[in-house]
Amino acid sequence: MTNQTMTTRAKVERSMGRRRRAESRFRTYGMLSIAFGLLCLVVLFGNILSKGTSAFAQTVLHTEVHLDKDYLGLTRQSSEKELMNGNYEGLIKQQLRDEMNVTKRSQRRDLYSMVSVGAHWQLQGLVLDNPDLIGDTIKVDLIMDDEVDQWFKHDYPQGIQGRLSDVQYQWAMQWVEAGRLETRFNTSFFTNGDSREPELAGVHGAIKGTLLTLLVTFLLSFPIGVAAAIYLEEFAPKNRITEIVEININNLAAVPSITFGLLGLAIFINIFGVARSTPLVGGLVLTLMTLPTIIISGRAAIKAVPPSIREAAFGLGASKMQVVFHHVLPLALPGMLTGTIIGMAQALGETAPLLMIGMIAFVVDVPGFITDPATVLPVQIFLWSDSPEAAFTERTSGAIIVLLGFLIAMNTVAVMLRRRLERRW
Amino acid sequence: MTFSFLLITIAILCVIAYLVGTRRAKSLASADTPLSSLPGHYGSLLSLWTCLPPLLLMLLWGIMDEPVIDHLLVAQLPQAVQEQGGTSVQLALSKVHNLANGANVEADASLSPAILHLVELQSRNELLSTGVILALALAGFALTLRRLVPSRNARNEMEGIIRGMLFASSGIAVLTTVGILASVLFEAWMFFGKVSPIEFLFGTTWSPQVALRADQSGSSGSFGAVPLFTGTLLISFIAMLIAVPIGLMSAIYLSEYASPRVRSFAKPALEVLAGIPTVVYGFFAALTVAPILKEFGTHLGLTVSSESALAAGLVMGVMIIPFVSSLSDDVINAVPQSLRDGSYGLGATRSETVRQVVLPAALPGIVGAVMLAVSRAIGETMIVAMAAGLAANLTANPLESVTTVTVQIVTLLVGDQEFDSAKTLAAFALGLVLFLVTLTLNYVALKVVQKYREQYD
Repeated sequence: MTNQTMTTRAKVERSMGRRRRAESRFRTYGMLSIAFGLLCLVVLFGNILSKGTSAFAQTVLHTEVHLDKDYLGLTRQSSEKELMNGNYEGLIKQQLRDEMNVTKRSQRRDLYSMVSVGAHWQLQGLVLDNPDLIGDTIKVDLIMDDEVDQWFKHDYPQGIQGRLSDVQYQWAMQWVEAGRLETRFNTSFFTNGDSREPELAGVHGAIKGTLLTLLVTFLLSFPIGVAAAIYLEEFAPKNRITEIVEININNLAAVPSITFGLLGLAIFINIFGVARSTPLVGGLVLTLMTLPTIIISGRAAIKAVPPSIREAAFGLGASKMQVVFHHVLPLALPGMLTGTIIGMAQALGETAPLLMIGMIAFVVDVPGFITDPATVLPVQIFLWSDSPEAAFTERTSGAIIVLLGFLIAMNTVAVMLRRRLERRW
Repeated sequence: MTFSFLLITIAILCVIAYLVGTRRAKSLASADTPLSSLPGHYGSLLSLWTCLPPLLLMLLWGIMDEPVIDHLLVAQLPQAVQEQGGTSVQLALSKVHNLANGANVEADASLSPAILHLVELQSRNELLSTGVILALALAGFALTLRRLVPSRNARNEMEGIIRGMLFASSGIAVLTTVGILASVLFEAWMFFGKVSPIEFLFGTTWSPQVALRADQSGSSGSFGAVPLFTGTLLISFIAMLIAVPIGLMSAIYLSEYASPRVRSFAKPALEVLAGIPTVVYGFFAALTVAPILKEFGTHLGLTVSSESALAAGLVMGVMIIPFVSSLSDDVINAVPQSLRDGSYGLGATRSETVRQVVLPAALPGIVGAVMLAVSRAIGETMIVAMAAGLAANLTANPLESVTTVTVQIVTLLVGDQEFDSAKTLAAFALGLVLFLVTLTLNYVALKVVQKYREQYD
């Protein structure tokens, strides 16, 4: 008997080392898993930030341009239309040519391509604002082409030539030595619409499109979602139909988003004739997509309101509808709003269904209303990421930073709202 | 702008109706005929009857007017176009619309009667809709106001209407499912009229190019979707290889080992991964992970495609980690403490308890979580659209480029399309397969999770 226990005990003691090692191994696996997840997060953010922060800087060339009356064919009294049509492009080219003493045709082209094709709009804008400038010599910071921009931001600090040609490199170095090349905050990234030229492309149109789309989504999905949550939680009889509705909502929350795009294309666009590419149809599709999220969180919020509140109201003679709208709903609203913001954040990041309904179109103009053609930030990111230019990669990362900024802001609001307004019963 | 004009007018009428109704109820009340509801209820009732019918009519009108106008326009198209029917009529109609709206399209003299007719119809439609809708609002107002008597139980009636509105809102979710099913079924049906379902489900070549002209040789298009299915499965499999072990181990660590402080930091941090838009993951996969894999492969003497299934699968796996971990965390937490205590009492270590007691008890829930994760991986679009290729290779090699069902849906439907070509319809047939597969997975998974939860509640 003693012998028996001793051997069991010996067995256990002999196995303890192995078991302890297994224990610590298991624990390490768990820690490594968490570490891997966090590492991915850090790498992802680090990668995007390191690629994208330079998108917020733009290289400019300090230049003095003489707004030659005769060359432009304009006077200070010229009409606005004449001012618009002045040959500013030629003026900039002439200025550069004279400055750098370039005569050869092939070199000229190299030189012209160093300045952004949008540079003449800067001059045009200045003149339109103040026609009295005509005839004067003014200082402007000309926006440089994306190749020069990339060189100055990334290659020049490393002392390499990058993608510039030999002559371009010489000129660029001359400008640098004269202190004329400089980076400044890239305002046009936030004020321009899309463009084929990276240095002119901005996210203004996409942000506006996103806001309009989210506005439509919010205006539709919040009231409908709240109403549906109230009905299902407070009024629906417990029967088969209610059960089907519930299963339906749970399933819809997990259906791939792309199928909502198919629905939008087949029903909203082809049957109802809603205009394609517009925030209206985008908002409709995203409404259907976010509704399940809002309904589910709304029901949870209603459930959290204690029955004593309802009973007290009933006891004072309130009708069911009065109990719900005067007592339950105000108490559940913070929770519902939190759920709605989270749903809207999902909608903000959604891309796939919007590709189906034509929001992928190349839209230069900033949309003004929900029926104007528009694109949204995630789709803009998708479009830019396809472009081969390094400058567009940078801008894609820049746009991602903007998008993540919006998302972080929305989620922070949701968390704050929850902390502030949520009551513990 | 008639739309916003109408909306604003109806909104104003709504407010007026409320005020008028309330005042009327107050003035009607007297000692021998007391009001059966509060004055405000009469106001709300009047307001609802004034606004709801015209708003519903507006919605219906907005949906119906374009098809009706188009139908009327067809008669004005040139005889030749009408005889061709189908696509050419559609083309002519869209051209008429563009020309009438002043778009920059080359003019076509034969369409001018239709254009004039359209402009006339549009202005008539605008007038008619404004008139009818406003008339309906006023009629509702007048009729309800006349029958606004103190004995009428305004509160019950109003609450009935509101209840109806609440019910309609919850019905939208069902309508959405019906809408998705109807749209994909209808288009898929048309597709299967052109391509046999057997060829679609079991064919092994996918090249959806359709001949533009009848006499064109070669590209007749083949719609064998097997390479897409295998591609989808391959990428989902890689994603699961990453997401399931890491997600599950994270969940175990968080729920069994981590101190509250670690948990309160690590759990939300992991969940941030789930909140990042998929297009960001796609960008990361295509521009960072894929080149690294390619270079790494070259060092090892392997040829890695620049759009390899591996890159897309790896990044997708990372995206799904928080999904698996938070779902598993829930089910592991739902395992009662008494089971763990029993196991500790028998002398088991923590890891033994987890492996031999907690995991078996939580297994159905974990299976459900994994199924939900698989369904998410199958339906994921942006990562694969950006990082996986378009080439429909039938291969199990993760270093090659494969394509997926979702990528093909996007490629087939992005850009201009005719609605009756097999190429466009194929996207809906793929959508049908995708919808049915994910729906089944979700349904079964939800049932499994639910059944399991009830066991310990």
